[in-house]
Amino acid sequence: MAATNETSSAQPALTRNDFRLDQPVKWCAGCGDYAILSAVQNALPEIGMKKEDIVFVSGIGCSSRFPYYINTYGFHGLHGRAAAVASGIKIANPELSVWIVTGDGDSMAIGGNHFIHILRRNLDVNILIFNNKIYGLTKGQYSPTSPKGLKTKTSPDGTIEPPFIPGELAMGAQGTFFARAVDTEPKQMTDIFIKAAQHDGTSVVEILQNCVIFNNKIHQEITGKDVKDDRIIYLEHGKPMIFGTGRDKGLILRNAGLQVVNIGENGITEEDLLVHDAYTPDIALHYLLTRMNYPEFPVATGVIRSFPCEPYDQALERQVIRSMEESRIKTLEGLINSGNVWQI
Amino acid sequence: MGIKKRKIIELEDAVVKFAGDSGDGMQMSGTQFSDTSAFVGNDISTFPDYPSEIRAPQGTIAGVSGFQVRIGSKDIKTPGDLADVLVAMNPAALRTNLKWVKQGATIIIDSDSFDEKNYQKAGFTSDPLEDGTLDGYNIVRAPITYLNFTTVKELGLDSKTAEKTKNQFAVGILYWLFDRNLEYGEKFLDDRFKSKPALAEANKKVLRAGYHYAETIETLESRFQIIHKEERKGKFRNITGNTAVAWGFIAASERSGRPLFLGSYPITPASEILQELAKRKQLGVKVFQAEDEIAGINSAIGASFAGNLGVTTTSGPGLALKSEAIGLAVITELPLVIVDVQRGGPSTGLPTKTEQGDLLQALYGRCGESPAVIISASSPSDCFDYTYMACKIAIEHMTPVILLTDGYLANGSELWNIPKIADLPPIVPPLVPDNTPDFKPYRRDPEKLNRFWAIPGQEGLRHRIGSLEKEDVTGFVSHDPLNHEKMVRLREEKVQRVANYIPELKVWGEPTGDLLAVGWGGTYGAMISAVQDLQQQGKSISLAQFNYLKPLPRNTEAVLKGFRKIIVCELNLGQFAMYLNALYPQFKYLRYNKIQGLPFMIEELKRKFNQVLEGKE
Ligand SMILES: Cc1ncc(C[n+]2csc(CCOP(=O)(O)OP(=O)(O)O)c2C)c(N)n1
Ligand code: SF4
Ligand SMILES: [Mg+2]
Repeated sequence: MAATNETSSAQPALTRNDFRLDQPVKWCAGCGDYAILSAVQNALPEIGMKKEDIVFVSGIGCSSRFPYYINTYGFHGLHGRAAAVASGIKIANPELSVWIVTGDGDSMAIGGNHFIHILRRNLDVNILIFNNKIYGLTKGQYSPTSPKGLKTKTSPDGTIEPPFIPGELAMGAQGTFFARAVDTEPKQMTDIFIKAAQHDGTSVVEILQNCVIFNNKIHQEITGKDVKDDRIIYLEHGKPMIFGTGRDKGLILRNAGLQVVNIGENGITEEDLLVHDAYTPDIALHYLLTRMNYPEFPVATGVIRSFPCEPYDQALERQVIRSMEESRIKTLEGLINSGNVWQI
Repeated sequence: MGIKKRKIIELEDAVVKFAGDSGDGMQMSGTQFSDTSAFVGNDISTFPDYPSEIRAPQGTIAGVSGFQVRIGSKDIKTPGDLADVLVAMNPAALRTNLKWVKQGATIIIDSDSFDEKNYQKAGFTSDPLEDGTLDGYNIVRAPITYLNFTTVKELGLDSKTAEKTKNQFAVGILYWLFDRNLEYGEKFLDDRFKSKPALAEANKKVLRAGYHYAETIETLESRFQIIHKEERKGKFRNITGNTAVAWGFIAASERSGRPLFLGSYPITPASEILQELAKRKQLGVKVFQAEDEIAGINSAIGASFAGNLGVTTTSGPGLALKSEAIGLAVITELPLVIVDVQRGGPSTGLPTKTEQGDLLQALYGRCGESPAVIISASSPSDCFDYTYMACKIAIEHMTPVILLTDGYLANGSELWNIPKIADLPPIVPPLVPDNTPDFKPYRRDPEKLNRFWAIPGQEGLRHRIGSLEKEDVTGFVSHDPLNHEKMVRLREEKVQRVANYIPELKVWGEPTGDLLAVGWGGTYGAMISAVQDLQQQGKSISLAQFNYLKPLPRNTEAVLKGFRKIIVCELNLGQFAMYLNALYPQFKYLRYNKIQGLPFMIEELKRKFNQVLEGKE
């Protein structure tokens, strides 16, 4: 749901406490999900919605327990099917701010079909994918995002499957909003969640989340404190694509592909770097940015794509309202007494 | 040529079957003929019978499309066993339908299509017109293709379009044969080809040509007259089961004040419900054509959570895909209606044919103890009433309800006495006022045991529900063993208590006697016709036709007790009999089962009942 700036003025501003529940949160100690929950609770007061107009929907998985831990309306559904439940909620009441919380298994394996179709339709909901690259709840089997070769309970010799990159799937399904966040960067997460809420259409936020029990440190190579500045590029609309501990590296386009360059080498200056345009409809560069992976490239975080486009729910609402206005038939009584009717 | 006076044969009812290639317009011809008959005050019942291939090779058995209509002066309950008149546009149509035609019936054939090539395609090894196959029938050989062509020639239609009007020649013959006013037929064509007036003209011209041809030729020795008895009064329309389901949903939405949301995926023979509702945006209906059946039902559950009347429609294979989500609706205790238009199974089975094979799937095809209300409709028009009741129960009792119809009801049609929507029983959703102090999502109504419906957007009622077991009253996630048992029993008991809100089982005939014929759902027409015929012969037989399958009506046991013998008739291997036997093992259940993708015929039921009555079963 696009954020409206007008909260009912009579009401006091919301705080994160409005979204807290006094129920125990039952993730493992040290699980990345806690930080995400907290970042969401920080974001919600900022999206301009009344608390009773927010709904969290999930599938099954550790991540999908999320609705039980946040004080909004919540619906914990079936494995993989959150997108479908959320579609029904949003279509039934487009005024609601609908959030889907899902895992990499929930959204990319069993729910892959619903994932691509909700994006294709561009329903105005926000999808948070907690990507720990493992099946957490079922205790450690590989998932569709597990890196090739990962040894897990069901891949004792290492997986032989190439992984999905969620953003790549989102772009392939004509997604209009894709962002990537890291569970160790709370401020960025909150900021990205607010932007996701503001987008008109399906917003996908992939969060690199650590499962301390079954896939500990799977993102460490990229997100580790000492390496992240060189291995992550945080994209901001209108800003040059710069990264590196010394802010000395950047991205340029060369031979129809991205290339990492060092500022100051070979005459490269900041001026030569690509400037991020998240709002362009053109998907090509967004796609390349989404696919970037260590070690060849830094991993892109931030809002990679945010192209506003009429959402399904609004288009449907428009058609319904127009037909109601245009039709002479206003009730079922009118319908069943029209056409071929015989008085005997 | 002088017009000879023909003999008039008076009939209470007559069965006419149109059969031809799937491109021959047989469905349209049948509808046109039945609509006209309804207009002049006949009761009607129709049943289309199409192949699952859209356009199988012309002239082949696989491509034969049929439409049966029965017209009559009194209450008609089935489209009839055997035809009095068959229109066969080609040899394949004749070959497939000859076994469904009465001895001595009138068979109108397009003699132009009866040639060696088409005999081969139809699998005739010799000429059926010469080899005695048709002895005993009144054969009308009309060169329909040729006469149609000469009729439309001057209109300058291309040959492909001209080909498409030939069905009207046959219809014209029928209009004469049954003394139907051509005006109605012409009006039908005007409506049908509203945007193509030239086509309407061509069709009308051929219709008239067919009529005049019949008037003139000698082979038609007699005409039929349906004796006119003015029994029914009121406003009527012709309605198929699928349309009736769609409209039942809209009625329930209007009466409950809950907007209608359909989440569905196309599947034969249920797609027409989805299509009909997709056309009803002017009534505020929202239709979501999902990416699969699973998304269809889950979206309906989401819509229900958001306060809509969420419904989903499918056939057997789709019901299988929805089973996990039905369980979700059971545990979240949300209103949800699932319509299963049963077809021949298992698997893809016989997509265009009818069967009652999904009863046990509806009752038990889910993980865990997962009770849902199961009801069934028994005629095309009462699909409206039972859909309405399904919604009423789903909403007022906060439960999924599975409505079983079947291909026969879905595509068949009959006259429907148009109700006043305001006269339908009220539907009162168990809503919760905003800011209700101490709202608990799993607190229950003490009588019905339903929980209450608090809807996102409502102030002061934020809560969370889902697929995990919940603590009684508070709705918190709970793995407590005793709580689980309590919740399982509560959910079952809630469904059982629906029995206090549904009508008792009706017995057609004496409440006691030698034989109780038991049926459920769509077999009603054939069952009641067979039973009443035998009752008129003085036989001690009654009928109990079930619409409410779970829970069963409260007087079920009392009804069963009244008879020396019970025979359960179903279009499956005996699923309802097995269910009754599980619930009331004190009775012995004889079975009569047919699994051919076809409805029961009245005659075969009578034969079976007579055997049982005579102790020869
Ligand atoms: C129909 C069905 N199949 C399988 C499962 C078992 N299951 C539950 S969660 C899960 C995988 C969860 O992985 P993911 O979506 O990545 O979530 P995470 O636990 O990692 O957050 C599986 C296989 C289920 N609950 N339902
Ligand atoms: S198993 Fe992993 S993902 Fe699940 S709660 Fe524990 S740490 Fe988190
Ligand atoms: Mg996971």
